[in-house]
Amino acid sequence: MLAFAMPVLTRAQVEAVAALAHLELEPGEVEMFARQLGDILTYADELQHLDTTGVPPTAYGVASRGADRPDEVRPSLAADEVFGNAPERDRATGPAAGGGFFKVPRVIG
Amino acid sequence: MPPDRRPEAASSKCPASLVSTLSDIRDAIRSGERSAVDVCRESLDRIAAADGSLHAFNTVMTDEALARAAEIDRDRGRFRDAPLAGVPVALKDNICTKGVRTTASSKILEGFVPPYDATVVSRLTRAGAVIIGKTNCDEFAMGSSTENSAFGPTSNPWALERIPGGSSGGSAVAVAAGLTPLALGSDTGGSIRQPAAMCGVLGLKTTYGRVSRYGLLAFGSSLDQIGPLTRRARDAAIALETIAGLDAADSTTAAEPVADYQSALSGDVRGARIGVPWSLIEQGVDAEIVAAFRTALDTFTARGATLVDIEMPHAKYAIPVYYLVATAEASSNLARYDGVRYGLRDTQGELGAMYSRTREKGFGAEVKRRIMLGTYVLSAGYYDAYYVKAQQVRTLILRDYDRAFERTDVVAMPTSPTPPFKLGERTSDPLQMYLADVFTVSANLAGLPAVSIPCGFTTSPRLPIGFQLTGRRFDEATLLRMADAYERDTEWWMQAPPTASR
Repeated sequence: MLAFAMPVLTRAQVEAVAALAHLELEPGEVEMFARQLGDILTYADELQHLDTTGVPPTAYGVASRGADRPDEVRPSLAADEVFGNAPERDRATGPAAGGGFFKVPRVIG
Repeated sequence: MPPDRRPEAASSKCPASLVSTLSDIRDAIRSGERSAVDVCRESLDRIAAADGSLHAFNTVMTDEALARAAEIDRDRGRFRDAPLAGVPVALKDNICTKGVRTTASSKILEGFVPPYDATVVSRLTRAGAVIIGKTNCDEFAMGSSTENSAFGPTSNPWALERIPGGSSGGSAVAVAAGLTPLALGSDTGGSIRQPAAMCGVLGLKTTYGRVSRYGLLAFGSSLDQIGPLTRRARDAAIALETIAGLDAADSTTAAEPVADYQSALSGDVRGARIGVPWSLIEQGVDAEIVAAFRTALDTFTARGATLVDIEMPHAKYAIPVYYLVATAEASSNLARYDGVRYGLRDTQGELGAMYSRTREKGFGAEVKRRIMLGTYVLSAGYYDAYYVKAQQVRTLILRDYDRAFERTDVVAMPTSPTPPFKLGERTSDPLQMYLADVFTVSANLAGLPAVSIPCGFTTSPRLPIGFQLTGRRFDEATLLRMADAYERDTEWWMQAPPTASR
């Protein structure tokens, strides 16, 4: 059985988790989440009292049939439908100059 | 004061003063008594009159719906045997509709118009349904009150200052207030059943894999299921026959044949064994809800069902297990909302800043909270203590059900421990809000079907109460048969809120 001492979340921990989740938090949110997530994790700590030695984990309540299908070419969405929702797309190049790429800010200097 | 028990009245059509059922509407269109356009206009008129105060809808598809209804009237031959010909349907706004904006009630999907229909939408359309609009919900289905919507909350039609439940609150309200006879919701931890109970309608969460999730914006992929909200069991049976079944676009759909659910509605529940986990219900549940639940059980025993005391020793752990598993899955699923392919984008800064600013601006507080929690429980050093531990306890909850079903056919519980609370009452305390899901989350963890059925009202104020039956995997037929039998002896399903008669 795990004897797991529950840490109350620190500001630094909240900021580290936010960075992992790609969330830019406002200063007020850091405090709020530290408190609220601490409360929730403390509540979840009751699981630690349960002996689960040898109990297999369950990922799905209903076992998946693990379906296979033939690897065949099938119709898919047209490029215009795929890129139609993009905040920014590259219209200068790509399929028939209709734009074959999602545009993002510069990554490499 | 409880209404008279008149089985013969309950089996006849709805009185004119009350809102119509799906079967009433469908039969009226089939017989030529009403046109699909007439029914569609009535639905749109009711929405126009009531939705200013209810806010059940994010998007009303007036033009599309009328055009579709006209097509059904024009081509009556083609739709003669279509099971939902001309029936107005509302869809929770996390179900993709080709060409019609789909928001999940989030700012981050601003401007997003799906290029494809969800499988349930194409199946409804093939069955002749007229999609009327997209209903309000908690953002990405994360919530129990429909207050976490970027477009503002939905009101309970029985008491406008109260929550309708959630996250499929708009769908429950659409049916309760008589705006549409059928709505689809999604249920990850109770999001169909809890609002159904709080609004006085029937809500069915299907077995995991029974209904395709293709085109449902994902929240917790091992838990999410789409299901119907209707006034009565027969309508849910009709809807489920339409939307259920194997789908090549969702590898988690099951190959089990779809039952003839309407034929299962025999009214015969003799010998059915109803398991009741009393030790779970004795504490922390509103007294009027417990009383209504007991009365509902009596209705079944009067019809020849038997009650069995059962123990669910791990059910008390269902809430923490659920909030660890669901948030872990959510943190992964919602990583796709990054401002690149659709929706909102904050254009300032380099790529990393663009991601995190877009997500900061686009997500509401509850979604951020769950992404944070899920990221934390999956992170190095905590994964075993939280995520794996929760999955192990999930196994123990599954085994509790397996043991219960050795001696029972269904498990009965109240749906919600409390009647609908006031808007704003719990928004500052997320943990308190999570506790509203105490009776509903375990069916999702175990992948089991469960139905919430209206069974009464609190006295003052008058607010709906529901109870829940959970069944064996892929045994929706038994749940619907029992719900239908119960409706034959009671009139709760006929009750309509004051806002519906306007």
